[in-house]
Amino acid sequence: MKPNGYKSQLTIALAGNPNAGKTTLFNSLTGLKQKVANYPGVTVERKHGAWKLENGHANLIDLPGLYSLDATSLDEQIARDVITGTQAGVPKPDAVIAVVDATNLERNLYLVTQLFEFDVPVVIALTMIDAFEKQKHEIDITKLSELLKAPVVAVNAKTGRGKRELIDNLSSVIERGPVVPFETNGHVDDGANAKIFARYNFISDIVQQTVKHNDRERHRFSDKIDRVLTHKFFGLLILVSILLLVFQAIFSWASLPMDLLDKGFGALGDLVKAELPHGVLADLIADGVIAGVGGVMVFLPQILLLFLFISILEDTGYLARAAFLLDKLMSRVGLHGKAFLPLMSSFACAIPGIMATRTIESRRDRFATILIAPLMSCSARLPVYTLMIAAFFAGQTVFGFLSLGAVLMLAMYSLGICVAIIVAFILKRTLLKAPPPPFVMELPPYRLPNVRTVFQNMLTRAWLFVKRAGTVILAISIILWALTYFPRQVPDPVAPGQNAEQAAAEQPSANPSDQIQHSFAGMLGHGIEPVIRPLGFDWKIGVALIASFAAREVLVSTLSIIYNVGDDDSASGKGGDASPTLISAIRDAKHDDGTPAWTPLTAVTLMVFFVLAMQCMSTVAVVRRETNSWRWTLFMIGYMTGLAWIAAFVTYQGGKLLGFV
Amino acid sequence: MSPSKPDNKVATLGKVPVGSSARVVSVNGNSRITKRLMEMGVIPGVSLKVVKTAPFGDPIEVKVRGYSLAMRKNEADSIEVSF
Repeated sequence: MKPNGYKSQLTIALAGNPNAGKTTLFNSLTGLKQKVANYPGVTVERKHGAWKLENGHANLIDLPGLYSLDATSLDEQIARDVITGTQAGVPKPDAVIAVVDATNLERNLYLVTQLFEFDVPVVIALTMIDAFEKQKHEIDITKLSELLKAPVVAVNAKTGRGKRELIDNLSSVIERGPVVPFETNGHVDDGANAKIFARYNFISDIVQQTVKHNDRERHRFSDKIDRVLTHKFFGLLILVSILLLVFQAIFSWASLPMDLLDKGFGALGDLVKAELPHGVLADLIADGVIAGVGGVMVFLPQILLLFLFISILEDTGYLARAAFLLDKLMSRVGLHGKAFLPLMSSFACAIPGIMATRTIESRRDRFATILIAPLMSCSARLPVYTLMIAAFFAGQTVFGFLSLGAVLMLAMYSLGICVAIIVAFILKRTLLKAPPPPFVMELPPYRLPNVRTVFQNMLTRAWLFVKRAGTVILAISIILWALTYFPRQVPDPVAPGQNAEQAAAEQPSANPSDQIQHSFAGMLGHGIEPVIRPLGFDWKIGVALIASFAAREVLVSTLSIIYNVGDDDSASGKGGDASPTLISAIRDAKHDDGTPAWTPLTAVTLMVFFVLAMQCMSTVAVVRRETNSWRWTLFMIGYMTGLAWIAAFVTYQGGKLLGFV
Repeated sequence: MSPSKPDNKVATLGKVPVGSSARVVSVNGNSRITKRLMEMGVIPGVSLKVVKTAPFGDPIEVKVRGYSLAMRKNEADSIEVSF
């Protein structure tokens, strides 16, 4: 409010059906000046931005994509609250821009008829008008505006058409106030749905008077593509090829930038150690903060790539077809067709996979998908599997020709999938009990993706990951670092004649295995030994397990430190390579009584444990953020780790009974 | 469209063969999903066409009011049509 009492800033809400071009219009009006957060307490995205007008700015609120305002879903409830001014922290909008897709006028106008009943001035932005005219349909915009008693503006985000008119019409409707163009209550004898019928009667009447459809051209292009892409055979083949391409990209294209980031953070850590005076502070910054945050940032290329693909697939309309093709398979487990992509993505990394569940509307289906996503064997498990196989099963074959390593690898991936299916099946019948998720979904016409929308989508999601997950991860990294760092071992007295500084610099790395054994983490390792003893693990593996709850691949570097292999990579916590020395160290490791600490059975047991246990703090942070609930997050950690223990117990004890060692 | 001829069959939408057009007679049930179907324009009197089924026989794709709508046979069975 200005001192003179006039409102200094307008608040305008943008409402429209999904796929109506709302986001594209929002991006074109606000440019890069937009903010994305969640509405308090829920995971509905709150998107707003500054729309530059001639004199000042309007605060533009992008409502979730909606088919109706009847508050049957969370999105609709929130949109309704925003429009009526009852959503906390959001001022009541001065006007609403209703985004209406010209090629799908009847259904898009339904939401508009509801907006009229909300006592708010409405301006209609007609999108896709170029596609509409290209198909040789005709529309009388002046008449449409007359019948709706609201201004109708044809807009095109690419060319900027209609922006100016939109502003002019907004000021005039705000001055004029809301108008309701029809009797909204309908006939009493139509019962509970009288309002719906009245709205559609009004719409049919209007469309008949204003639009001339060219039925020969209608959606011809889209139908042709669709015949191939949803073909019973080729459709599935194409889907599999697209998924392969996506995973190929996530696995291999992302590896170069990931290595660069990894090296960059490693170099930064070294720089800090070199520049700062030696001591706890330097170690905290280098090994705690930089290594911890860096360990998460290396996932960023994968996340960016996955979201790039998802945004493109979503924007072209293909994602809806993929869900259509696969819904039958997914529904057998009780999941929605849309759960497929997030789950497949989780084979690369659960973090982008979990973030991709946002496309699933039903909360229960979305949570069920989130809760099983980390069971898919992600790329961080690979170093663990490879180490175990290299140490105990290298060069062995089954049936004379199959590599035992490959069979074990396949078994681990399959174990994760089978357990995921069982867990989803149980969850959907108990905690997340709901009838098989209804599947009523629009298949939008195919469109060329809008470059700006795709990139903005990708960047917004990536930024959310960096910002929110980053803060939680930072805290946990520091805690884990401190656990392995304290209490400090008493430094050896400086040998006479030796440069004191040099000695101090060498001291911490002189015997890291000693430091770890006597650190809090080492004590914890000893502490949990009774729990992991039935799995065939000793306290040293226990320490590695504890450290690997930060990130799975840390197991390898921690084992290097414990067995004092002196792997150079180990300091960064990302020593993914199984060095020959580590392999022989594991093979040669002995219990105090002289029996081998590791057997092939221990190795398989450890792999089984890693398939199922929730050992990734980045995933924990993301699940907390996406479910907005510590309870579900803790439930996930609990059930996964519990299952991991049971499965490992059965593997180890069963294996022993069967005579394996 | 002409009014329903006497030889028209009344059945649920799930029974309508692919490629056939039908006219909605009623949308039964009082669930969120039947309401959603109506809000998306599937109300008595509207005509629709079954375009295809997915590879495993379910869901089906229907053209209604000029756009494509996918639904499971389970949902389609709450829609009564004449064709």
